[in-house]
Amino acid sequence: MSDVLAQPAAGVPIDGRQPVLEVRGLHVTFAGRVGVIAGIGGKKATLARAVDGVDLTLGKGEVLALAGESGCGKTTLARAIMGLVQPNEGQILFEGQPLGKDLKAYRRKVQMVFQDPTGSLNPRQTIYESVAEGLRIHKVPGDEEELVARALSRAGMRPPERFFLLYPHELSGGQRQRVVIAGALALEPEVIVADEPVSNLDASVRGEILRLLMHLRDEFQISILVVTHDLGLAWTIADRVAVMYLGRIVEIGPAEDVLTQAEHPYTRALLNVVPEAGGIERPTLAGEPPDPTRIPEGCRFNPRCPAVADGSAESAGVANACVSNDLGLTELDTNHLAACHLAAKRAGRPVPPPPA
Amino acid sequence: MSLIELNDVHVNYQTQGGAVPAVRGVDLRIQKGEVVGLAGESGCGKSTIAGAILRLLPSGTEVTGEVLLDGENVLSMKPGKLRAVRWSEASIIFQGAMHALNPVRRIGDQIAEPILVHNQAGEKEAKVRVGALLEQVGLPPRRMNDYPHELSGGQKQRVMIAMALACNPNFVIADEPTTALDVMVQAQVLRLLKELQRDLGLAMLFITHDLSVLVEVCDRLAIMYAGRIVEEGPSNEVFSTPAHPYTKALSAAFPEIGDASFRRKPSGLGGDPPDPQKLPSGCSFHPRCPDVFDRCPEVDPVLYEAGPGRRAACLLVEGALAAAEARPTPRTEAVADE
Repeated sequence: MSDVLAQPAAGVPIDGRQPVLEVRGLHVTFAGRVGVIAGIGGKKATLARAVDGVDLTLGKGEVLALAGESGCGKTTLARAIMGLVQPNEGQILFEGQPLGKDLKAYRRKVQMVFQDPTGSLNPRQTIYESVAEGLRIHKVPGDEEELVARALSRAGMRPPERFFLLYPHELSGGQRQRVVIAGALALEPEVIVADEPVSNLDASVRGEILRLLMHLRDEFQISILVVTHDLGLAWTIADRVAVMYLGRIVEIGPAEDVLTQAEHPYTRALLNVVPEAGGIERPTLAGEPPDPTRIPEGCRFNPRCPAVADGSAESAGVANACVSNDLGLTELDTNHLAACHLAAKRAGRPVPPPPA
Repeated sequence: MSLIELNDVHVNYQTQGGAVPAVRGVDLRIQKGEVVGLAGESGCGKSTIAGAILRLLPSGTEVTGEVLLDGENVLSMKPGKLRAVRWSEASIIFQGAMHALNPVRRIGDQIAEPILVHNQAGEKEAKVRVGALLEQVGLPPRRMNDYPHELSGGQKQRVMIAMALACNPNFVIADEPTTALDVMVQAQVLRLLKELQRDLGLAMLFITHDLSVLVEVCDRLAIMYAGRIVEEGPSNEVFSTPAHPYTKALSAAFPEIGDASFRRKPSGLGGDPPDPQKLPSGCSFHPRCPDVFDRCPEVDPVLYEAGPGRRAACLLVEGALAAAEARPTPRTEAVADE
């Protein structure tokens, strides 16, 4: 255990920031159901490798966007970080300490904001009760009313007293999400994990919530992990972007690099489908989202990879490797890593083995 | 003549709390083969317009004005005629493909239903037609024997599209057709819709809050706020150089990746959409408007010319203020009369 701690976080530079949260070699596997009779007959459950070897470090005061299609494992990773699902392998470290059995203190420091604010709030609780609940659970000392008021006003609900006795249905979607964020802020967290924090909100109010998240980072040095399918959002707020595909991070780096000079063909495919004027003429990947119960051999993206299909992998002499050798992340530029045989070959870098 | 023509359409929903004006005087024209996008936040009345065009609103809802489909007023059609027009002249792709299909019927039968109901073909021919339709939307014809649960979200949405095209309509309304879909699947469905629209020469009304999707597929855009169209024009121009402050706020919510002006600068509107029963005085957008000035709470703007083929309902449009002062009876009075 101790020599694990001594190692630098594998392949995930964070730009000189102090690491707050570290994920090491994380695997989360879900077993499918097998009927009783089939089970007696010796049938094994199909395993879905939702998270399949992820190393990730979140720096102090950093905004990291975790992007990918549905089913890529981004939400499972976020839930594992929160201790909501048990990893099968690997560990999560908070401020250098691995998570133990007692998650209560940790959960106070690492708060989650979900996609749907309406579902996150109890419809029969007033706003005051919703925000105060966490304070009571964690027995936070101090004047409760003052703490609730401060959290609400930090979340942009001013004057806070005006909202105390309202119920969630009396607020708009944007205000509800602010209340959820206030509930998280009341506990003065170090980290906020936000799973699609604005995708259920109207386009016109999204910016306000994003501005709030950025403000929390600037003002209180809160680290934010944003799980999103929206690369435009990543461009707007993230310092770094990590792109996930079938349970692995396939590209990670500073947002400017990943989003404007993407190295991995999958990242480029995701960028291609960001809707914009004239964008409809650009190619998309065929087929349905990938299936974590059937992860292809070699590079897991190879069956859908445009570079394999159009022969550019072949002419670079990596086509064989693409279909047979699984691989880890290669540093292609300062702090910019991608798991792609072709990109590594072009950069003249060796391809590391897949993550443990 | 336009294929679709909406003239001064008003829709009032009847609720226990009184009438709720959801649409307040909308004029809209769609030419043959043209794709028009309708954008706005939830509750702005965009889906109500779809309902008004096909007369799908709950009974008791008060709809006034004219909805001309190929010159005929849908609002005054007899039920028999209306039934004949729906699906064979104008059809709709609903939002939420996940729940719009009957879970206990094979999808082939569901697609065939409108063909049979409209007596466009016998059972055998209908089956051939279903196979062709499935192929057209990129599904193998043998999938007609599948039940909805055997299809993925994107495939279900393709079935919904096939169904909307079953009776060869000239006009299709797509109400949030890609909202529940994943990014990659959304792109595939959008490309399919655009291809079909081009190949079949369809006129379309495309409704979504996602302005960036509309810019991809539409020729013209109409932006709605609080039951009215507040800006319209060619889609690229409306998106890239919006004339109305509300459109500006909407388009800023869809950053261009690589554009430094969006980097680490999220922008959005404060406040909430107004309660349709308690609309602000003057311009209904003024309490949230970043460019508000002293005349805004007093003068209710109509659509003013804002460049070639463009109109915007904002007093800041050049010449708008003078026009408004010269004609001080805005449309709000018309609502009160009814």
